[in-house]
Amino acid sequence: MSETLLKVDNLGITFGGLKAVQKVNMHLDRGELIGLIGPNGAGKTTTFNMLTGVYTPTEGAIVFNGTSIAGLDPYKVTRGGISRTFQNIRLFKELSVLDNVKVANHGLAKHNLLSSIFRLPTHFKGEAKMERESLSFLKIFGLDIYKDELAKNLPYGMQRRLEIARALAAGPRLLLLDEPAAGMNPQETRDLMELIAFIRKEFDLTILLIEHDMHLVMGICERIYVLDHGQLIADGTPTEIRNNPKVIEAYLGEEVTE
Amino acid sequence: MKKSKVFWGYIVLALVIYAVVQLLINSGTVNFYYENMLITICINIMLAVSLHLVIGITGQFSIGHAGFMAIGAYLSAIGTMKLEMPFITAILLGAVVAALAGLLVGIPSLRLKGDYLAIATLGFAEIIRIVFLNIDYVGGAAGLQIMRQSSWGYAFFAVVITILVIANFTKSRHGRACIAIREDEIAADAMGINTTYYKVVAFVIGSFFAGVAGAVYAHNFYIIQPTTFGFLKSFDILILVVLGGLGSLSGSVLAAIFLTVVTTYLQGFPETRMIIYSLVLIIVMLYRPTGLLGTKEITDVFKFGKKGGSKL
Ligand SMILES: Nc1ncnc2c1ncn2[C@@H]1O[C@H](COP(=O)(O)OP(=O)(O)O)[C@@H](O)[C@H]1O
Ligand SMILES: [Mg+2]
Repeated sequence: MSETLLKVDNLGITFGGLKAVQKVNMHLDRGELIGLIGPNGAGKTTTFNMLTGVYTPTEGAIVFNGTSIAGLDPYKVTRGGISRTFQNIRLFKELSVLDNVKVANHGLAKHNLLSSIFRLPTHFKGEAKMERESLSFLKIFGLDIYKDELAKNLPYGMQRRLEIARALAAGPRLLLLDEPAAGMNPQETRDLMELIAFIRKEFDLTILLIEHDMHLVMGICERIYVLDHGQLIADGTPTEIRNNPKVIEAYLGEEVTE
Repeated sequence: MKKSKVFWGYIVLALVIYAVVQLLINSGTVNFYYENMLITICINIMLAVSLHLVIGITGQFSIGHAGFMAIGAYLSAIGTMKLEMPFITAILLGAVVAALAGLLVGIPSLRLKGDYLAIATLGFAEIIRIVFLNIDYVGGAAGLQIMRQSSWGYAFFAVVITILVIANFTKSRHGRACIAIREDEIAADAMGINTTYYKVVAFVIGSFFAGVAGAVYAHNFYIIQPTTFGFLKSFDILILVVLGGLGSLSGSVLAAIFLTVVTTYLQGFPETRMIIYSLVLIIVMLYRPTGLLGTKEITDVFKFGKKGGSKL
C-alpha cells in the first residue's frame, strides 16, 4: 500500500571545510506528514535547500518519485512536484497577494509567449484559469479579502500563510514547510496546523515540516527525523522521539516531555 | 472577453491619434520642425520602453542600450542604401539583428546571478561603436549617408507596436515571471520560473525594439555616425527609465516625452541642456526617489475603486 515518494541516501554538503549536513538518510511515503526537527543550526534548512536544488549536495542521492533530482535547477525540481516555503519569508513584496500566487501557478499554465503578445484566445483562457485557481488557493487560506493588497503590506501571520498558498499553487506532490509557524502566536499556530492538515487531505499531499516547536510537531506528525550538528540522531514516532535520550540531550535545556 | 475589448479600445485610440496628427501635418498646421520633434519623441519612447522592460520589469541592469540602437540604425541603413530593401523590411532587418545581438550578449551574462549584464552591455556597446567606426563599408567615422524615409506614420506605428507588445508581454504570466525575478530571483526560481529563460527573453525583446528605434532614427536624418551611439546615448536612455519610475511603462513614456521636448527647445544650448537634465534628476531623486510614477501606471490613477497597486 505505501509507496515511496522521496528517498534520500547518505546526503551531505560541505561549505569550505564545514560539514553542514552529512550522512542523512530519509524516506517519505506518499501521503505522510513528517517532521524534521533539531536545534538551531542543525542543518534543517540546508537539507531543504539540497532537496529543492538551491544547493548541490557534495555527496549522496535524492530520488523523488523514481528519478534522481540532486543538483537539478530549482525550477525543474518545482516543476517536478516539490515546492517549498522559506523560513525567512521571501514573498514578491511589490506584487499583489493574488499575483504572488499567480507567479507560482505559472508552471501549470500552457499559453505561450506569442499568444500573450498577440492576445490570442488561448492567452485569455489561460490567464482566466490562472486567476480562478489562484483565487481558490487564496480562499483556502483566508487571503482572498487581501487579494489586491501588496504582499509587503500584509500582517506578518498572513505573509506566512501566503508563503504556503504560493507554494501550493505550484502544484506540488511534496510540500516542504520551513518553520511555517515561526513568530506566530499560539492561536495563529493552531489555526495554521489545522490548515496544514486540511490541505494535506484536500490535495493528497506529502508534507515534510521543519518546526522548532516540539509540541507542535509531536501533535501532528506521523514520524519525525531529528537532526543535530548536521547528522540524523534519531527517527521514529513522536513517542519514540520523546523518549529518545539522544534527542533529550540535543535539546538539553529545552523541555522535551509534556 | 471584456479584456480583449480594452485592447481594441487602445487600438482605436491609437488610430485616432495617428489620423488627427497626420491631418494636422497635411494641412501644414504641424510644420516640419514639429513633425520632427514628434518623430524624435516616438524614437525616445521606443528606447525608453524597451529598456524599461529589461531594467524596470525584469530588474536586469543594462547600460549599453545604445549599442542595440546602433545595430538597428546601421543594419537598416545597409538594407535601404546598399541592398535596396523597402524601408519596412530594412527596419525588420535592423531589429532582428539587434535581437540576435541581444541573445548573444544575454545568454552568457544572464545565466549568472549578479550584475554581469551591466559590464557585458557596457563593453558590447563600445565594441559595436568601434566596429562601425572602423568599417569603411558603412563610412567609418565620416558616417553613412541615408535617404530620409521616416515619417510621422512610420514612427507612430512603430511606437504603438512597441508599447503594445511590451505591455501585453508584461500583463501576462510571462511578464509576471519577469517581475518575480526582479523582486526575488531565488524565490522565483523556487516557484518554478525558468529565470535564465525569462531574463534572456526580456532582454531580447528589449534589444529588438531598440533596433526598431535605431532604424527609425537612422532614416529620420541624412547621415548616421558611430559617435551618436556612445555611452552618453545609453545614459540618456537610462535617465528616461529612471526618471519615469523603475517599473512603470507609462512613466517611461511620460519621461521620454518630457525630456525630448526640453531637449528640442534647448537644441542650441547643449550646456544648458546638460544642466537642466542634471537638475531634473537631482530634484526627482530628492523629492521622488522612485521616479515620476514609481511602479504605478497612469491607468492606476483612474482606478479609484481598487485598492493597492497591482501594476500587472
Ligand atoms: N551557504 C552557506 N555557506 C556556509 N555555511 C552555510 C551555508 N548555508 C548553511 N550554512 C551552515 O550550515 C549550518 C546549518 O544551517 P541551517 O541549515 O540554516 O540550520 P537550521 O537547522 O537552523 O535550519 C549552519 O552552521 C550554517 O552556518
Ligand atoms: Mg533553518
